[in-house]
Amino acid sequence: MQPSRTWISALKATLFVVALVPFARLAVSAVWFPDALGANPAEFITRSLGDWCLRFLLITLAVTPLRRMTGWSWLLRLRRMLGLFAFFYAVVHFTSYIAFDHVFDAVAILKDIVKRPFITVGFTVLLLLIPLAVTSTNAMVRRLGAQNWRALHRLVYPIAALGVLHYWWMVKRDVTEPAIYAGILAILLGYRLLAYLREMRMLRWSRAAGGPSINDPSRLT
Amino acid sequence: MLIKRPDAIPPSEITPQPIYARRREFIKAAAAGTILSATVGCSEDTSSAQDTGRQKLANVAKSRFSAIEEPTEYKHVTLYNNYYEFGTDKSDPALYAGRLRTQPWTVSVEGECLKPRTFGIEEFLKHPLEERVYRLRCVEAWSMVIPWVGFELNAILKQVEPTGNAKYVEFVTALQPETMHGVHSPVLDWPYVEGLRMDEAMHPLTILAVGIFGEALPNQNGAPVRLVVPWKYGFKSGKSIVKIRLVEKQPATAWEKASSSEYGFYSNVNPDVDHPRWTQKTERRIPEFFSRRPTLMFNGYGDQVSGLYTGMDLKKYF
Repeated sequence: MQPSRTWISALKATLFVVALVPFARLAVSAVWFPDALGANPAEFITRSLGDWCLRFLLITLAVTPLRRMTGWSWLLRLRRMLGLFAFFYAVVHFTSYIAFDHVFDAVAILKDIVKRPFITVGFTVLLLLIPLAVTSTNAMVRRLGAQNWRALHRLVYPIAALGVLHYWWMVKRDVTEPAIYAGILAILLGYRLLAYLREMRMLRWSRAAGGPSINDPSRLT
Repeated sequence: MLIKRPDAIPPSEITPQPIYARRREFIKAAAAGTILSATVGCSEDTSSAQDTGRQKLANVAKSRFSAIEEPTEYKHVTLYNNYYEFGTDKSDPALYAGRLRTQPWTVSVEGECLKPRTFGIEEFLKHPLEERVYRLRCVEAWSMVIPWVGFELNAILKQVEPTGNAKYVEFVTALQPETMHGVHSPVLDWPYVEGLRMDEAMHPLTILAVGIFGEALPNQNGAPVRLVVPWKYGFKSGKSIVKIRLVEKQPATAWEKASSSEYGFYSNVNPDVDHPRWTQKTERRIPEFFSRRPTLMFNGYGDQVSGLYTGMDLKKYF
């Protein structure tokens, strides 16, 4: 299936609007219907935004396996936007934390980041996402060169793992939900590992047979 | 950011509204929670918690121990709860605790005492009742103000005549696997057990509550009878109590067993001892947005209770 340009543009526009819905709902509720957010609206907002950051990270990571399994190469055209939404939700998640939990008290925020492992990890995720967001444009891909760009963007694997760890360490006792995220991440990363091992094996075979080398395994992203 | 909040309700409106109003709010909040949180398996069971009628308690006296503070709105007190037997989400107890069987209900008071006996819940309800408006500080750094209805625990303990060996009091809460889906997962060691030192249990601030807002306790708040210890973190105040045991050794309590580095036996509200993962210096008063209210030592009850801990290192015995 190879959809037309128009179709891709329409899909991207739809995705953009849909991806903003969780944020818009929270913003509208916070301003006009705080009761809809329950008794602890600040906590609800911060946690929802964090959830959505993790979800967009996992959706972004699902693009490659889905593309390979279905042959829908156009999925790749949506990946940048998905990744940028993960960054967007990381930023607003952090913003709600510094606003509601610390009311922008820089000293208290720094102390929290240094003292509490789950916040240290969460903050690390935010910092690591910045270079990926900055180098997400076509111009930056050209400037870095495809190889370097891919190498840099493999950071998304530790980022996603740290994101799940941040959630895991945050919960008080019941780790069911972080475990679900961890399971999905394990499947997404496990798929890549298996694909990588398979390609290595094929590379060895084709070399042993003296045939032409197949694609560079580093194209796996 | 401009955040509009509803006006504080006048005291005349603290008395709860008719049940239909509550149902509407409940469904609205439940629906919002389901859609917004978009979590897996957040099903709606709106019937269970709502079909229980609200029962007014008669002859409730005022108490000099009440805090002069505006109580938190009824809907927040009854829709935002920790009662892990019915699920670990704050909205779970309101959804599922309606299944709890509260009739018949007895509380067995036993152990190191001369006259152990079992109390029917009717006896507790006939006891002279007082309204105690207490601050409640959760270990998760949020707080509420709740008008409890109950009586001092010491009134019951005195009746059974504790022996000299009674150094601690253990509170065992209800375990109904058929009504409590939460107890099928090992989040905590069930049944939920709490404990106090004997002098803490005998303190006049420590009450057995049978109601809130002048009415019988809703199930999600610990019906039909629960402990309330206002100077300790909320989890010390066990819900739906079935057994009170006078014991010689310090009881092993549920949260201490789950994570002793985070939750101590005493668990007095203390802004100087942080939870390992978050600060206890400040708290968020439900439903405020910004969490900058300073947390008070012993939750503001220091004048009454600090004497219990003279000479104790409260950083060690947290």
